[in-house]
Amino acid sequence: MKLSQALKMAMMSLKGNKMRSFLTMLGIIIGVLAVTLLISVVQGATGEITGQVESLGSNLVFAQITSPKTVYITVDDVMKLEGMGGIDIVTASKSGSSTVKAGTENKSATVEGVTAQYNQVMNLDLLYGRFLAPLDVEAKTNNAVIGYKVAKDLYGTTKCLGNSVNIKGRDFTVIGVLDEGDSMISSTDSTVYIPLLTYQRLFNDKELGAIYVSAENADAVDTAETTLDEYLLKELGDEDYFTVINQSAILDAMDQILGVMTTLLAGIAAISLLVGGIGIMNIMLVSVSERTREIGIRKAIGAQKSDIMIQFLIESVVLSVAGGLIGILLGLIGLQIFEQIMDINLVLTWSTTALALGFSAGVGIVFGIGPANKAANLKPIDALRYE
Amino acid sequence: MIELTDIKKTYLMGETEVHALNGVSLVIPDGAFVAIIGPSGSGKSTLMNVIGCLDVADEGTYKLDGQYVKDMTERQLGTIRNQKIGFIFQQFNLLPKLTAYENVELPLIYQGLSHDERKQRTIESLTKVGLADRMDHKPTELSGGQQQRVAIARALATHPTLILADEPTGNLDSQSGKEIMQMLKDLNAEGRGIVLITHDTWVASQADEQVRIVDGQIETKGRKGGAQ
Repeated sequence: MKLSQALKMAMMSLKGNKMRSFLTMLGIIIGVLAVTLLISVVQGATGEITGQVESLGSNLVFAQITSPKTVYITVDDVMKLEGMGGIDIVTASKSGSSTVKAGTENKSATVEGVTAQYNQVMNLDLLYGRFLAPLDVEAKTNNAVIGYKVAKDLYGTTKCLGNSVNIKGRDFTVIGVLDEGDSMISSTDSTVYIPLLTYQRLFNDKELGAIYVSAENADAVDTAETTLDEYLLKELGDEDYFTVINQSAILDAMDQILGVMTTLLAGIAAISLLVGGIGIMNIMLVSVSERTREIGIRKAIGAQKSDIMIQFLIESVVLSVAGGLIGILLGLIGLQIFEQIMDINLVLTWSTTALALGFSAGVGIVFGIGPANKAANLKPIDALRYE
Repeated sequence: MIELTDIKKTYLMGETEVHALNGVSLVIPDGAFVAIIGPSGSGKSTLMNVIGCLDVADEGTYKLDGQYVKDMTERQLGTIRNQKIGFIFQQFNLLPKLTAYENVELPLIYQGLSHDERKQRTIESLTKVGLADRMDHKPTELSGGQQQRVAIARALATHPTLILADEPTGNLDSQSGKEIMQMLKDLNAEGRGIVLITHDTWVASQADEQVRIVDGQIETKGRKGGAQ
């Protein structure tokens, strides 16, 4: 018997029991939907987060300062780090929240005082104008570089160079506008950057919030980290007053978390596929007993064992693969919705699609082979007598 | 040519053994029209199942066209059922979800014939039983007599040399029964061997030879015309 004929027979019998076929497929549909959605979301999130961390520059080491107000480190001291063991560029920042105004518009934004090197270390993208220069910091100028969203909200356009923005009663001149960032970790969009010394005077705040250093090269990251760590310990006198973190440590931690999540979610998805498979097996077994007489007739008129086997196996594989296809289709729709809600880029990769389809076909074969074998091994005479 | 020698078949009904066939020897030459008669439980159905390769004898030898059936694989038996033998059952045994056409086509599909050849043979068979105009009807849309004719068409489609009919008129009214018997006689006239099982004496009398079986053994054999 040809495969096309077997397929036709299988389709006919499945169509004869539409409701049952659909309900049996539902298990696989839900399983595959879960697989595609979960894997795509985790992959999307992984790509997003990894990309953001990596965009910070792979040589980045930074320290968060958490010392009490009485113990602080000055910008001049921090700058001494430049050129010390493994360290290339150093920058420091301090940030706070404030309302920024332009004309009648006002907006709550993060105001961050930074040194001129900040841009070099953090790789910010400028849409218009320039970033703060060393002279701005030294001369404590009232120049500001504003984030994309700040510009849009205050002026309605990003072409706002030379406009004035008011922070805490002081007018700043916009000298640069940043491009829209897509970072979930540190949003530059709602930030206004001003010279660090200007910030310290304006907010009456001598402390530094964070110190960023970029190592000379990727191999020097560990050395740079040690240098920064030892220097801060010497200056602040207590290791509880700061935390030094490097980028690879963040990536490692995230990889670990995402890895655990992937395994967990894949496990859940696999279980639901397994349950779907058991559903198929159950229905196929029922179908074999219901159709015992049919099997007897087919055998009496010359169907071989293999013909019966293939017929039933194809039925279960058609059920599972059709379920898989519908699941993937629903998965694609689901991803569109997730994209809208989570605002991240989700792609259903070919490998995920192949995995889901392959898995569902596998489920159909594995759980279909038992019932098909049972049908094929029926003795024609027993099957014919069956009422 | 069917050669049965000392065939025995025993079933276990609960604790007791039932000797359905208890030493049956029978030779049916090609092209013969034989009726096997006997009361119910006499073993005549078992005999037909053995002849039709649906069941295997416990003891004795069965030679079909010179080949020992016992030595054949399951696949070979399937091929014999498919190509050499055509079955006609009392309950018609058509597949209810298939149309008359599809039912008749089924054994040809298992033979692996091409679509065109299947179509030609299926239509030829259905025309022969006078149901060419009912091809697209499902069994439930046909009368009993028509269903049995579809079953005959299905048996004929593979051009078998032997037709086995198990009470073919048992579920039919007498008029339909007569039509079916006429059809079988015509097929016999074409040279096909026919083995018929019945307990209806009129049906049996249509055959050339009658074999009476009682308690799993052959009681009498007789040619048409009375001579025992």
